[in-house]
Amino acid sequence: MDAPKTGEYAHIGKSVVIKGELSGSEDLYVDGQVDGSIELRNNNLMVGPNGIVRASVSAKGVTVQGKLDGKINASDRVEFRKSAIVTGDVVAQRIAIEDGAYFQGKVDIQKESGKASAS
Amino acid sequence: MASVADNVMRFFRGSSERAAEPAVPQKRMRRSSGMGEISRLLNSQEGLCVLDLGSTSANNINFLTEKGHKNYSEDLLRASLDPDLRVKDEAGNVVVDCKKFLDENLTYPNGVFDIVLVWNLPDYMEENLVKPMIDRLWSVLKPGGLLLAFFHTRDAGPDSPCYRFHITGTDMLEMQEVRLSDKHSPRLQRVFNNRHIENLFRDFASIKFFLARDAIREVLLVR
Repeated sequence: MDAPKTGEYAHIGKSVVIKGELSGSEDLYVDGQVDGSIELRNNNLMVGPNGIVRASVSAKGVTVQGKLDGKINASDRVEFRKSAIVTGDVVAQRIAIEDGAYFQGKVDIQKESGKASAS
Repeated sequence: MASVADNVMRFFRGSSERAAEPAVPQKRMRRSSGMGEISRLLNSQEGLCVLDLGSTSANNINFLTEKGHKNYSEDLLRASLDPDLRVKDEAGNVVVDCKKFLDENLTYPNGVFDIVLVWNLPDYMEENLVKPMIDRLWSVLKPGGLLLAFFHTRDAGPDSPCYRFHITGTDMLEMQEVRLSDKHSPRLQRVFNNRHIENLFRDFASIKFFLARDAIREVLLVR
């Protein structure tokens, strides 16, 4: 899949390394390295094929093509493409995993009505 | 004449080249009595915690989460093949560091899971990992929890491909051949007989065998 156009997403290129808390109010494409946390409450996160994210993620939608190690909390949808390597727990309304993706962790689907999977 | 002979030879060479391993792992369906028993539990209660130890399967995640259960995924076979787990013992032989394997995988508190899906792992894992893994699974299962495992019978043959199992229905599984990064399928390590299986799971409260026509012995355990 092609990287989204720069105008649509804020772009972190593959040579960029960020350590700390990342937050924003626009969609974010990460093709570099992020350690810490990513907070995009009403926006989407995309981890590109070169992206290495070691962070807890809170976003509307999360799409992973690279590596993500951390908890994912998505208010909408989570998608792992076939090149994704994901370790961590996922909370989302929906999840889609392409054949070939690697995932280790817990999946907890929480529907829009607020009815959570019973603990 | 030479060109006709060349064409004939090219045809036969082309045929043998076409007979090489298919690029896409083959899939087939099987009915599973063990999965049927598991589904009975899944349908009768909500909010169960299920640990799936097979390759990442979107089918399984969706099947379980749509019923309102929590799904935990661990691809233990792939994890067991990590080169960093290989160490040398006192005799200089390369062995798998079992303690490190368990410390990096299956790190759950005791009594968390209602169901554990082991699939065919014991048949394909390194020998020294199998019993410790089963002991750890016993610990992380709740009392009364279920564990489902598949074992090849002697009829299966040493070249039996390793399959991943996608749950497609109450008692239906789609089997897809596992291919590692080197495009080969993991090799069958051993064939357990009934006594071996009983010893492996001796700490469990009960054991039920289902023998299928495809040389697979399904085993359902209660913790």
